[in-house]
Amino acid sequence: MQSIDLRGVTCPTNFVMAKLELEDIEAGTTVEFLLDDGEPVKNVPRSLKDEGHKLLGLQEKDGYYVLTLEKGAE
Amino acid sequence: MAEPKIDLKNLKAGGFIKERGKDLFTVRLRVPGGRMSVDRLSKIAAVAQKYGKGYVHLSVRQSIELININFSDFDAVVAELGEEQQKVASCGARVRVPTACGGCEYNPNGLVDTQKSALEVDQKLFGTATGHHKFKVCFAGCPFDCPKSAINDVGFQGAVWPKLDADGCISCGLCAKSCTEGALSMGTDNKPVFDAAKCIYCGDCIKVCPTGAWSAEKKGYTVRIGGKWGRQPLVGTLYATFVPEERVVDFIAVVLAWYQEKAEGAGRVRLGDIIIREGWQSLLERLRADFPEYVVQETIAPQIIQTQLPLPGQQA
Ligand code: HEM
Ligand code: SF4
Ligand code: SF4
Ligand code: SF4
Repeated sequence: MQSIDLRGVTCPTNFVMAKLELEDIEAGTTVEFLLDDGEPVKNVPRSLKDEGHKLLGLQEKDGYYVLTLEKGAE
Repeated sequence: MAEPKIDLKNLKAGGFIKERGKDLFTVRLRVPGGRMSVDRLSKIAAVAQKYGKGYVHLSVRQSIELININFSDFDAVVAELGEEQQKVASCGARVRVPTACGGCEYNPNGLVDTQKSALEVDQKLFGTATGHHKFKVCFAGCPFDCPKSAINDVGFQGAVWPKLDADGCISCGLCAKSCTEGALSMGTDNKPVFDAAKCIYCGDCIKVCPTGAWSAEKKGYTVRIGGKWGRQPLVGTLYATFVPEERVVDFIAVVLAWYQEKAEGAGRVRLGDIIIREGWQSLLERLRADFPEYVVQETIAPQIIQTQLPLPGQQA
């Protein structure tokens, strides 16, 4: 699975980067994003949901979070 | 008496504020909720250019103020602004133009249509004389409360009460992570556990949930009353929860009626100080009569903010 590391990137740049990465990915594909705790893990999933992607899960790793999602149709 | 040079009825509603310089006034325009069409903005710019100082001031309550308007130009300014499109605001002991954040239409946090509420209050209550002092109303779309609702005489804050459909939950854990109030945790069955006692009605769980397992069971405004800022600030306190958007005007009208009655003879005193004097029970029970399903069991007096002035022991 493709993993996109957004750690160390602040809001809203992290969301915009996630959006750009998703543009090159086919609908229905599952990808994961690595997100910092705090504002990023609170804001990015919600914004990606608003964009029409399907959130699948969130897992805590050492000090960061892994968000898995399925790319939505255009 | 000499023929007045201007139409004095324009002055009556207020909104014309004396400036330092001779004959010069600030004209405060009415911009409920801070929303203004670009067309109107251009019109105002043209009028400001022609009659003003070359700049406008954006007031802290979201109005546009034309600066350095000569009083002999009042009629022309009012006419050129176009009375129907751009009204002048008020000052004095009246219900002021309500303020509001952008609300839910385009702000991702907004839970209610604050702009609609502000417009409705502006249309139905703006300019109502209180008989005592100014009366300010504010709408915030959610508990972030950017426009600072609780420092208004009546402050509204958008709210939702979340409800879980456990069958729709895919155990992703996002809601528990999203809830900054600690009201949600993941249970042993990998479904969220709701601690209702900690919920502040922000709706973050509903917004993040990928499956719609969380939904709004009820929605409306949290209402705080008795706030003000200025020399002796007060923060308003809680009187009601989940007041429906369509009952906002009625709710304010009851508060206004109580204020008009209880402040009788008190002079220029704001609502919060009248509540401190009369006791919050009186206002709470008055509201309970009309809004039994929304009014809280009990509240507290408006919260006095320590400004720390005058300094202890200060001398000339
Ligand atoms: C995604 C998150 C957020 C968004 C989209 C957001 C959006 C906004 C917007 C649009 C305004 C201007 C409102 C207006 O004047 O009509 C504002 C102001 C404000 N926000 Fe937020 N906000 C967010 C998070 C927060 C947080 C986390 C806090 C506090 C902990 C906060 C506190 C404030 C305050 C106090 C103001 C007023 C600022 C001032 O008057 O100078 N906001 N915010
Ligand atoms: S109060 Fe809520 S809805 Fe209004 S601007 Fe702030 S975050 Fe947005
Ligand atoms: S509405 Fe807000 S405070 Fe209440 S449970 Fe949901 S996220 Fe937590
Ligand atoms: S966000 Fe929705 S799907 Fe995910 S754990 Fe919470 S209720 Fe379940």
